[in-house]
Amino acid sequence: MRYGDRDVLRGVTFTARPGEVVTLLGPNGAGKTTTIEILEGFRMRSAGQVSVLGTDPAHGGEAWRARIGVVLQSWRDHAKWQVRELLAHLGSYYAPYSTADIRRPWDTDELIDTVGLTEQAGQKVRRLSGGQRRRLDVAIGIVGRPELLFLDEPTAGFDPEARRDFHDLVHRLADREATTILLTTHDLDEAERLADRILILAGGLIIADGSADELSRQMATLAEVRWSRDGQRFVHAADDATAFVRGLFRQYGESVEDLEVRRASLEDTYMAMVREHEAPRARLRVAV
Amino acid sequence: MSPAWTTGVRAGLRRGWIELKQNFTNADSLVPTLFMIGAFLLVMVLTRSATVPGTHFSLGTTMLPSVLGMSIGVNGLATVGGLLTAEREDGTLLRAKATPNGMTGYLVGKVVSVSGIVLAGVAGTLITGALLFRGLTLSQPGTWVTLAWVLLLGLLATLPLGAVLGSLMPSARSAGLLTIGIGGIAAVSGIFYPITHLPHWLQWVGQAFPLYWLGLGMRSSLLPGSMAAVEIGHSWRHLATFAVLSGWSIAGLLLAPLLLRRMARRESGSSVAARREKAMMRPV
Repeated sequence: MRYGDRDVLRGVTFTARPGEVVTLLGPNGAGKTTTIEILEGFRMRSAGQVSVLGTDPAHGGEAWRARIGVVLQSWRDHAKWQVRELLAHLGSYYAPYSTADIRRPWDTDELIDTVGLTEQAGQKVRRLSGGQRRRLDVAIGIVGRPELLFLDEPTAGFDPEARRDFHDLVHRLADREATTILLTTHDLDEAERLADRILILAGGLIIADGSADELSRQMATLAEVRWSRDGQRFVHAADDATAFVRGLFRQYGESVEDLEVRRASLEDTYMAMVREHEAPRARLRVAV
Repeated sequence: MSPAWTTGVRAGLRRGWIELKQNFTNADSLVPTLFMIGAFLLVMVLTRSATVPGTHFSLGTTMLPSVLGMSIGVNGLATVGGLLTAEREDGTLLRAKATPNGMTGYLVGKVVSVSGIVLAGVAGTLITGALLFRGLTLSQPGTWVTLAWVLLLGLLATLPLGAVLGSLMPSARSAGLLTIGIGGIAAVSGIFYPITHLPHWLQWVGQAFPLYWLGLGMRSSLLPGSMAAVEIGHSWRHLATFAVLSGWSIAGLLLAPLLLRRMARRESGSSVAARREKAMMRPV
């Protein structure tokens, strides 16, 4: 994928299995949105092969579109519509694509309840708060019971409670509806909580692909061991935390207190990976 | 015709109806419309006793059908164009694109809602005008036949053209220029004063656009036949009206799908986000 003569995506290869939650992580400008928009069929690619639900999104027809859900960030569209009216209307487009396995669209009141907008069902969209509006965005994205759902930074601007509710909803969609979900986020905590698999995108390349556990193992980052002895606090970064703690007890026995072992978090792994990837590029830029 | 395609059309009809109801139950969309109609009626009342030069016929009464014609054209061009740019900017169009047959639904909905607004405006103005003015040929069946075909052809000539203009406008802000441009055309289309009193070259400019012909067609339906004497060529020129409006219809219907498809193809989450950012940075 390129803009002018600048390649923005160079080596992006991945597949997602049905019911899998895949999270795309990466710094700004890494190509997350470009990748997602190509998969959504909203952006044409300059080269490469893409297959989404068995179809090239560049040539996806309406029947293909009906199997895909996209959660868009609303701004002020459909301001005069009532919540229930809008969801019932948008749902009606999906009715001819209903199958024996997947009943489309989602029942309007049930959907409103699922995203927690029952009290606002009769309200005009422009009267919704920011958080309620984002719930509506999610509801619109899933109204056709998609087999594949795209979420581009879905929880930006959510308060902690809304975020928790949203995470529950994602789990429910993946587990109960077997929806495959591809989401981008800047929130590493969120990625760790939601994703079956994490892809890290940097400089138009996928630099890591695996579960949060696999990634931290792959990076072999150091674990942090903290303890106190005789009222003094100690911190040590260890390759093999278990062996280190065993040694610690052998040496000091009962006098070791307040022991804490912190494995590298996804954030540590992520930062280490992105930094490692960007370092040689920075040097290259100086040479040019 | 596949069943899925008809879903888009049926959903579009429902969409248009919902939007039409919203338009008539929302103060902020209803008040400007009523204000415009009121302002025009006031001008007609004030010029009621003035006569069209060379006749004893009321200038205000002549203005009524001309304004009806203009309102069809202005709604078709400016309202459709303006809505299209505004709804591209706010992401309505992208939502339509993310929905199966959503673009069909969106466009059918727009045609229905704007046509409905035009029809309601024409009916409202005509009923009020009939009570206020004498001399309109309301009791002749020919009046309504002419009114119907000019109205339908007028919508056909201006709605797709409005979509073409809207898809060419880079932002909702530049759509304001569209309204000014259409106002300029209205000024040389013989709406408020007979076109024959304009310089010759301006008469040609006016006759190139559909607004003049919509005004002429409406005058031909609602005014007595003798009033044709003050028109260009001393005739209602029905054949020319039909030809020019058909020409604009064909041009619009050929161009609109191409340009709309081009516009829709460029829509994505990031393009909407970019425009939102730009719009929010502008001083209001």
